[in-house]
Amino acid sequence: MNFLRGTLAVAAKDLRSEIRSKESINASLAFALVILLLFSFAFDPTSDQVREIAGGLLWLVFAFAGTLILNRSFARELVNDCLDALLASPISGAQLFLGKAIANFVILIAVEALAMPVFTIFYNVRWTGSIALMVAVILLGTWGLTVIGTLFSAMTVNLRLRELMLPMLVYPMMIPALMGAIQLSTLLVAGEPVGADNQIWFRLLVAFDVIFSLLALALVETVLVG
Amino acid sequence: MRTKIIVLLSVLAGGLLAWNLHTILLRVPDEASQGAIFRVFYFHFPCAVTSFTLFFVAMFSGLLYLRKQDLRYDAAAAAINEVAFTFALITLITGMIWGRIIWGIWWAWDPRITSYFICLLMYFGYFMMRRAVDEPHRRARLSAVLSILASVDIVIVWKSIEWFRTQHPGPVLEMRGGGGMAPGMEAPLFWNVLVFLMLETALVLVRMRQQSIQSEIESLRRYAHAF
Amino acid sequence: MPAVAIQGVWKYFGDYPALKDINFDVEAGSCMALLGRNGAGKTTLLRILAGLSRSSRGQITILGKDARAEATRRTVSVLGHGIGVYEELSAFENLKLFARLYGLENAAGIANEWLQRTGLDRVRDGLVREFSRGMRQRLAVARAFLHNPSLLLLDEPFTALDDRAIKMLQDLLRAALAEGRTVIMSTHQLREALELATDVALINRGKLAFRGQRTREMLEDPTWLYRHYGEA
Repeated sequence: MNFLRGTLAVAAKDLRSEIRSKESINASLAFALVILLLFSFAFDPTSDQVREIAGGLLWLVFAFAGTLILNRSFARELVNDCLDALLASPISGAQLFLGKAIANFVILIAVEALAMPVFTIFYNVRWTGSIALMVAVILLGTWGLTVIGTLFSAMTVNLRLRELMLPMLVYPMMIPALMGAIQLSTLLVAGEPVGADNQIWFRLLVAFDVIFSLLALALVETVLVG
Repeated sequence: MRTKIIVLLSVLAGGLLAWNLHTILLRVPDEASQGAIFRVFYFHFPCAVTSFTLFFVAMFSGLLYLRKQDLRYDAAAAAINEVAFTFALITLITGMIWGRIIWGIWWAWDPRITSYFICLLMYFGYFMMRRAVDEPHRRARLSAVLSILASVDIVIVWKSIEWFRTQHPGPVLEMRGGGGMAPGMEAPLFWNVLVFLMLETALVLVRMRQQSIQSEIESLRRYAHAF
Repeated sequence: MPAVAIQGVWKYFGDYPALKDINFDVEAGSCMALLGRNGAGKTTLLRILAGLSRSSRGQITILGKDARAEATRRTVSVLGHGIGVYEELSAFENLKLFARLYGLENAAGIANEWLQRTGLDRVRDGLVREFSRGMRQRLAVARAFLHNPSLLLLDEPFTALDDRAIKMLQDLLRAALAEGRTVIMSTHQLREALELATDVALINRGKLAFRGQRTREMLEDPTWLYRHYGEA
């Protein structure tokens, strides 16, 4: 299982680096809290109507704070020309991508896990729906964001104006995943059961995740080497 | 040779368009429920269909570049995407005009218009990215990849917004109204599709010629600066 | 079969030709010193040999295979201008990571061994961000050698090394050459590199100005080559 060994070595390296420096995770968490605060001014948290859009707000926070982490994913390899060292090594582009995506996923989940209690408190959310389903939605939705964000980080690693361009490129691509996650989250926050006509959102999330993971794995080598 | 093709296509397209306009504006009767504004559909529909198709054609051109590493495929892909973008914009605007007249609103978050808007955003990003890369092969590679991702995503976006809107119904900008169109009214529609295809092909060729002249100027400039 | 065969290689950046029709071979077990002024194209050529960049025209064969092939990457080592080690990891963690990436068994043991051989065992758990320039370069050297590469591509490896470290690197290179490995090294530190070199190539504004054996003359007067073949 050489593929897995290489992938996990990259993932472990990214996680270890991040845990020590905490540069991305701090910025992301701070940003998440600021957005929650700003939203509380824009959308009155006490009204019932807002509880209906709580699911949507949550995923907007995740998307904005998350892309902060994802955008830096490959850019941080430019320090000391580490990206060259990685590309010169025998690992494939797919292993590099997957390793980074896994590390990003873990970090994103950590930020989301820290942001959720704050969100719950600010918006007086009572989690009456199925916790298991909510966890599933968060995992599936976050993976969708991660795949897109990590791939685009690879694509723009050497471009000027990277920070300006990434939002433009990344958010439209994420829309289907966000839509599915938002729909399901809104239902679960309201405590409603996920009926048959809503299962389509689960299928959308899974299809999105599968399709873009495969596309990313196939395309990343082309993007990185030239 | 190429100039001849461009001129030929343009003249044919122009002629057909003139004849079509005559039919559309003078011969075809007003549509039952919508009135005169319905005629915008004769332009909106061909724009929508052809621009959508062109995005996929551009994606294939990008794929061909990846296979053959020939920069001409990239030049073609970029030109096709530019023309497709323009006509997608026209689609959006004609849709908005129609919506304003019929429903009194400039915008409605229905599946089609929203999907087109997202599509435009994605390809705007595509053009921005092309401007940010100087090295031709790198630009070609990244463009091809972005084109693939955007095309796949557009399909997914379309379907998901459709599902979304079936659950949250809003005003539906359904231009055809009711069932199909009366037989006499359909012919100009398909002729117009042909017209737009020819026009778009001509524009793509013009754009490609402009691109090659531009890159020649740039290389001459670099040559001059090298001394 | 030569270890490295470069045939008709051109590299364009846009319309600017950084390398023009480069042709030469490097035999296995030899040590080639790649000389040239800044901007001549040495780094560009090394990057192409390393598989980090593709030539616009021409062909590169490394040990009979393409530069990008997985088998090739496994046995080639690259040490560029950047040290290629991670600031937030310790010296030990860095070497262990690369040992893993190169698919070596007993990654920890190999890491420890190379920490010793490059004199970094006392700072094995120190984070690289706290290292001096010389220590970082030593670690970079360790990273370059630890997977026992058949071909070493080094871009100015003697930079920032103090006397003892220079001797350490020279010993490592001599040992590698004695084992039949091949070295291609670009350099400004002419003396240290020319001592080890068996062959020399001079790149001048993207073209190969000279390729031949390293002579005593060159060693005694390192600027000899530039005076005879370099630009005015």
